[in-house]
Amino acid sequence: MDLSAYPLELPESDRPMVRFMNVTKSYGSLVVLDSLNLDIQRGEMVSVIGPSGSGKTTVLRMLMTLETINDGVIYVDGKPLTHMVRNGRLVPADEAHLRRMRASIGMCFQHFNLFPHMTALQNCMEGPVQVLGLPKAEARARAEELLAMVGMIDKKDQHPSRLSGGQQQRVAIARALAMRPRIMLFDEVTSALDPEVIGEVTQVIRKLVAEHDLTMLMVTHQMGFARDISDRICFFYKGRIEEQAAPEQFFTNPQRERTQQFLRAVKDAD
Amino acid sequence: MTFDWNWEFAIEILPRLLRATINTLIAAGVGYGIAMILGLVFALALRSSGRLPRTLLREVLEFIRSTPLVVQIFFIFYVGPQVGITLSPWVAGMIAIGLHYSAYLAEVYRAGIEAVPRGQWESCRALNLTTRDSYVRIILPQALPHAVPGMGNYLVGIFKDTPMLSVIGVTELMQAANSIGSETYRFLEPYTLVGLIFLALSLPTAGLVRLGERRLRRKLGL
Ligand SMILES: Nc1ncnc2c1ncn2[C@@H]1O[C@H](COP(=O)(O)OP(=O)(O)OP(=O)(O)O)[C@@H](O)[C@H]1O
Ligand SMILES: [Mg+2]
Repeated sequence: MDLSAYPLELPESDRPMVRFMNVTKSYGSLVVLDSLNLDIQRGEMVSVIGPSGSGKTTVLRMLMTLETINDGVIYVDGKPLTHMVRNGRLVPADEAHLRRMRASIGMCFQHFNLFPHMTALQNCMEGPVQVLGLPKAEARARAEELLAMVGMIDKKDQHPSRLSGGQQQRVAIARALAMRPRIMLFDEVTSALDPEVIGEVTQVIRKLVAEHDLTMLMVTHQMGFARDISDRICFFYKGRIEEQAAPEQFFTNPQRERTQQFLRAVKDAD
Repeated sequence: MTFDWNWEFAIEILPRLLRATINTLIAAGVGYGIAMILGLVFALALRSSGRLPRTLLREVLEFIRSTPLVVQIFFIFYVGPQVGITLSPWVAGMIAIGLHYSAYLAEVYRAGIEAVPRGQWESCRALNLTTRDSYVRIILPQALPHAVPGMGNYLVGIFKDTPMLSVIGVTELMQAANSIGSETYRFLEPYTLVGLIFLALSLPTAGLVRLGERRLRRKLGL
């Protein structure tokens, strides 16, 4: 793939927090994302919606560097994420570069993926102590602060197996935040939850939107929630962005046939 | 030919056999220790990058598993000196038995590691843990309970295989029974007692392993 057309660094004047530039991802012959172009501005909350298999999760996983990409470049804060500069050229990133870049990104998963052999508090201290090298006392103070923020301080000494799904997800959010990311990724964080506990997780995300200057990218099936808190909605269809707009515009006046169909189908399901 | 059990004789040789049992336990313990560490090294090497070394190692381990332990013991003890490596029976025996069982434990560990959900690795990456920290702090502790039953089986296995060390003259239980036999021409009592001693030590192990697994799971909060 020819990388000479991609800048080594984005200019000061045009530097979104995240830029996907012609990013293509395929598994064998299956093209999952087809030359994706997407900018996310500093502090922006972008919701990704779309039918199953349209590539929503893949977008997040690429940004979290859980997946490699087949073409294009992803930039984070102006610097290439998937690549690095060597001898004045872009080359695929090595592990050291990925580790440096990953430090500014956090992610929450549909199935929480908490460490089952650690308590809620230990889950939130693991990264800060091992990766950031914080002293234990400081890591603990920060973890407790975050657990209090997500309403889980009274359960801090419980193992995940003793917590409900909603509680586990709140701990997972605290754990990700403990690493002080500038970008947070949420992949259907309420999909595995019982309806009555969805609210406690969305409440936490609302708080993040209101009180923090995080840049957020969220995959969700909850249209009402997305409409409430997003700055922008991106509708994915078959590995492409079919339509994107501010929530009001998107939900009241969708332009594309496929968007209209999707929104109708979602409404019928409710 | 008579089949007469002589209690007096049996009681007379018991202390000697019990002393040799200590050597058997040491042999099994040391051999198992080597096997546990080497097995982990192999299991991790099998998962690391580098296709050629990986394939090579897999074949070598397959070879070790599919040849008899007693041949490996002979090989290391008798062929070693011909290439300039002379080892005492004990050292040769420990290397042979440790290496042999490491090939089995590598499989047990590998299966245990693979039983840890993929999402755990993804959390490790999202938190930016190093590969080493991911293994040591997150993956291996969760793999261990999966591996414990297999590890217990091979602990009993290695214990029951220690009599093979008698072929190169390691003074363990079997060797002691052999000596008693050739000194007194009585075989019934020594070999029966050897069997009973093995039984008495093997039987509780399975139960202890199960208990250990439950304890471990509880301790890890799983
Ligand atoms: N590891 C993989 N190997 C092969 N195909 C994969 C892999 N991961 C994802 N895919 C395929 O990529 C496509 C996009 O997957 P992705 O998980 O991004 O979809 P999604 O939009 O998140 O769907 P959902 O709403 O069901 O979560 C799907 O067709 C999926 O089958
Ligand atoms: Mg998905």
